[in-house]
Amino acid sequence: MYADLIQFFTTNWLGQAIVILAQCLAVTVPLLVAVAYMTYVDRKVWASIQLRRGPNVVGPFGLLQPFADGLKLVLKETIVPSSANGVLFIVAPMITFMTALVAWAVVPFDDGWVIADINVGILYLFAISSLGVYGIIIAGWASNSKYAFLGALRSAAQMVSYEVSIGFVLVTVMLCVGSLNLSEVVLAQSGWFWSWFWLPLLPMFVIFFVSALAETNRTPFDLPMSEAELVAGFHTEYSAMTFGLFFLGEYANMILLSAMGAVLFLGGWMSPVPYAPFTLVPGVVWFALKIAFLLFVFSWTKGTLPRYRYDQLMRLGWKVFLPVSLGWLVLTAAVLQFGGWVPKH
Amino acid sequence: MLLQALAFYVFATVTVASAAMVVVSRNPVYSVLFLILAFFNAAALFVLIGAEFIAMILVIVYVGAVAVLFLFVVMMLDINLTEIREGFLKYLPVGAAIGVVLLAEILLGLGVLGGGSVTIAGLDKAGAQVLAVDNTRAIGRVLYTQYFYLFQVAGIVLLVAMIGAIVLTLRSRPGVRRQKISDQLYRPKDQAVTVVKVPTRGGV
Repeated sequence: MYADLIQFFTTNWLGQAIVILAQCLAVTVPLLVAVAYMTYVDRKVWASIQLRRGPNVVGPFGLLQPFADGLKLVLKETIVPSSANGVLFIVAPMITFMTALVAWAVVPFDDGWVIADINVGILYLFAISSLGVYGIIIAGWASNSKYAFLGALRSAAQMVSYEVSIGFVLVTVMLCVGSLNLSEVVLAQSGWFWSWFWLPLLPMFVIFFVSALAETNRTPFDLPMSEAELVAGFHTEYSAMTFGLFFLGEYANMILLSAMGAVLFLGGWMSPVPYAPFTLVPGVVWFALKIAFLLFVFSWTKGTLPRYRYDQLMRLGWKVFLPVSLGWLVLTAAVLQFGGWVPKH
Repeated sequence: MLLQALAFYVFATVTVASAAMVVVSRNPVYSVLFLILAFFNAAALFVLIGAEFIAMILVIVYVGAVAVLFLFVVMMLDINLTEIREGFLKYLPVGAAIGVVLLAEILLGLGVLGGGSVTIAGLDKAGAQVLAVDNTRAIGRVLYTQYFYLFQVAGIVLLVAMIGAIVLTLRSRPGVRRQKISDQLYRPKDQAVTVVKVPTRGGV
């Protein structure tokens, strides 16, 4: 009986399709719950920073607030402006949301816990995260509104600029690992928490995190939706669930970049201390804790820092991060080559 | 196997259909979006034949960077649709001729028309040599050894093109007051901020 079932799910194409679908659900559902509670945690963190209480009315400690918000967005009317481009206007938030979800296919949650253990995992993540800009730029254009369009242009320029430095950061990590497979990236960081890549590649970790803030359009780089000048930026014309999808996509993207940070620099599913009581904790818990830490820093920055001016943003991307990351890449390559630390494969 | 065949036909159909839509769609923004769709499906086809590195580079370079700039430019331009329609028949012969030349080159290269240098058997042989490693490593091994000088030359061509683009667009306008970021950043702290200690639950 069991042998039959195992054979059905491993060899039959229908069985394989069912397994793949189940894996996708097993990643997507917890991710959406995480997104819902990330909005809650975000608001609680800002509230603490500003000496407020934050959401505390719906449910115990306001824990049902994200679901109340979600339900509200679902029930409201989706308004498509009469001069907007109907199809693209609806498609844009879907693109944003979808690109934030599909990238999770290659993220390793634990040793062997990954939907697609592909050899070009880092490149896949980079490719998908560079697609996020389309949802925004299409939304800005399809809205047929000057604020939305200005927001979209800002966002596109910003994301393209900071992708360059993220790319160099990824190449540096690839050099140190000798592989593009994300599971191998984590395995290359085994040991105590100071052997994770955040310490040897500290400047790159900082550049990665700041670029991640810019890539997700978060404070201090949230110029695409700066309220004072652009109403709400690229999603000015969006309402109800179309807005909701942008919102969910943005948070899913934040969680994704935090997961990237955790995999590339914080040792993924590894426990910080490679000895008994710590290694008994499942790897997925460590991974979640590391993501949660990076997400807290996301909220912390949003609650603390003022917004950059646009020219400062571009200057930081092109004149500071690009040369620094390129220089550090060359330095890393030289150290690996002449120090005899080139990973063997 | 069935899933793979199904995936191939879906991606191939969408690639061809969206490539056709790039040419025939009335709105240039739609054209760029269909171009992106075509790139994406071509990348999926590369994945299906096991060339995952080329697939990812296609998405990163063309979809993630080049097409974004295309879209940028096309959205900013004020393009007259009727003018483009009028030019369609005029440029059709030239476009068709280029298409025929490209097709002939592919066929010649594959040796279909006789005497080609790259044969299917040769490709299989080359594939067998690199099958032992994943194809990112395989590309790296030939690109940085056998084709190293060509690789460098390609890089220099791109560098020259980049410098050319900068030279063409750079102009120094007199009377522009630039912000000196270093001056702004080196402003002493006491001129820029005041720190107020707020007692908890006391307010400012």
